Amino acid sequence: MTSKFKIKTLFSVTLSTVGVRTITLCSLLLSVMLFSQTANALALGQVAPDFTLKSMAGKNLNLTEQRGNIIVINFWASWCGPCRKEMPVLQKFYAKYQDLGVSVWGVNVEQENQAGRDFLADLDLKFPILFDDTNTISEKYQVEAMPTTVIIDRDGVVRYAFKGYKPGYEKKYAKAIKKLIRE
Amino acid sequence: MRWYLSLCFLTCLLLISTASKNVEAAVLQDDRVDVLYHSYKGGGMSIDGPAILLRKKTSETLAVSAYYYVDSISSASVDVMSTASPYTEKRKEAQLGLEYLHEKTLMDFSVRQSKENDYLAKSVNVNISQDTFGDLTNLSLGLAYSDNEVKRNGDEFFAEQSRQYRIRAGISQILTRNLSMNLNFEAVTDEGYLNNPYRSVRYIDNSQPSGVGYQSEVYPSTRNSFATKISASYFLPYRAALFIHYRYFSDSWEIDASDIEISYRHPIAGVFELELKVRQYQQTQASFYSDLFPYNNAQNYLARDKELSEFDDLTLGLGFTYLVPPKYVYGDLKSEVSLQWDYIKFDYKNFRDPTAGTVVGSEPLYGFSANVIRLFYSLYF
Amino acid sequence: MIIDKKKLLIGAVGCLSLLNLSACSSLAIEPWVKPYERQNLADPIMSNNRHPIANMHIAHVYEARESSRGSEGTGGGGCGCN
Repeated sequence: MTSKFKIKTLFSVTLSTVGVRTITLCSLLLSVMLFSQTANALALGQVAPDFTLKSMAGKNLNLTEQRGNIIVINFWASWCGPCRKEMPVLQKFYAKYQDLGVSVWGVNVEQENQAGRDFLADLDLKFPILFDDTNTISEKYQVEAMPTTVIIDRDGVVRYAFKGYKPGYEKKYAKAIKKLIRE
Repeated sequence: MRWYLSLCFLTCLLLISTASKNVEAAVLQDDRVDVLYHSYKGGGMSIDGPAILLRKKTSETLAVSAYYYVDSISSASVDVMSTASPYTEKRKEAQLGLEYLHEKTLMDFSVRQSKENDYLAKSVNVNISQDTFGDLTNLSLGLAYSDNEVKRNGDEFFAEQSRQYRIRAGISQILTRNLSMNLNFEAVTDEGYLNNPYRSVRYIDNSQPSGVGYQSEVYPSTRNSFATKISASYFLPYRAALFIHYRYFSDSWEIDASDIEISYRHPIAGVFELELKVRQYQQTQASFYSDLFPYNNAQNYLARDKELSEFDDLTLGLGFTYLVPPKYVYGDLKSEVSLQWDYIKFDYKNFRDPTAGTVVGSEPLYGFSANVIRLFYSLYF
Repeated sequence: MIIDKKKLLIGAVGCLSLLNLSACSSLAIEPWVKPYERQNLADPIMSNNRHPIANMHIAHVYEARESSRGSEGTGGGGCGCN
């Protein structure tokens, strides 16, 4: 038997079981939505949604009170691999730019945050960690990826939003910060 | 047809990799090495050996994997005892894989070889999977091709071949924060020499003192099959996981099979994990199977392989994992020790044990139970 | 010819399905489980492939003794050994 025949039989078996019409219909249905618009994303250039959260240190931190400083908000969770990798990187970043009026806020998005707290215990982070366990802030900021880093300028306007984390992203943050500092 | 298929597959591959609009990406699994000892004892067979699996990321987008497995077989099974003599054998298997991640698309390519002194199987496998729809849906497609060389010990002129093609498709869907479901399809087609060169069928032969005569098995040279599996994973509120799957199988040899499995994973005190499993499998016989044929050359195709008979099996499994505290490991690395034990009971409905009875055709139906042990250590680095 | 039509249809369907893989990332329906709500599903105990080396052995044990094949979840071309 030739292999040509075998491939044909393979597909015949698949098609006869599932049904040619079913496959075609489903595929066509999906194709109709082929080039729809992208999902909603946090609008850059708009004023950042205000919020107040308690930090791990016990202080209440409000976003609008930070006007005049550049705020880098990082939404993270302990169960997310890239988030864990990013934490020490953010600490280095914070230590470097802290004196230039830049602050980093780590917003933990876990509904039950004990694992998050355990993760932090092993790190020596100097920047504030906030807990958004009701996910109201994550929703306002339309967090679509883990982690998400949002950079807010001195006037409280969202200027940059980075989805995910790969080694080297901190260079992108640095570039953005330098641009905002010069403004 | 084959070039058409490959062209289509490659085009889609290209389209997928360039059409992804999002910047965010999935991640490759962590690096790990697993070392395993496995043992199977039952039905007169004793098989054990080591296995090792290694996964390493070479960059954030590329990972390599290597797998090596050995079976040391000591067989005095019912087929062997009734028609041959006990034997020992060794089978070695090796697999190399490459994984490439681009944005939300994961491409997997692997090659595998399994070698015994009378059987050489080589296969190549390609898989592509895509996270879509806010990462709630994962679609995957896969193709595999195997080439097998069959030999017969003691017969240097015996050399046969068989080939196998597989195509699979799957969809994985997150339904709620605690529930995800999977649907998988796989079509397999074989061609070539598909039976065991040592196995024979028996038929009533009153000219023999034993009352039975033996002749070689004759199998069709093709086999087409289709399997569908639906599975679900559910996260229980007190932190435990429940898994269930149902698979239905049907092929051109008229075998219909289904299996259902329920398993439960329960963490204890954050350092232990307990796993419980129950699986029930049943199948109907192949159309050309019979435990005892009425006479010589009774059919065009003849089989007496109990794997093609009507039977069912029940598995009860117990697993235990210890999450080793990193401070006990050099380099503060995460690692685990696991022990798994499966008890499998096979009940054949139309395969008889020729060594257990005296009247041909009414020997007791065969059944046996097997104990399978897996002991392994996993290190994440 | 019937065979040619079927080939074409198979090819078209296959290509369409794969094309949809990328298209689906831009669907207008909002994902109902947000990325920050994936804590439970991301838990290692929820992984189907928690112990890959064990799963490969389990699949091999069944494949060698049962007639059914396919959709085991461990991929690969099977061993086919006797």
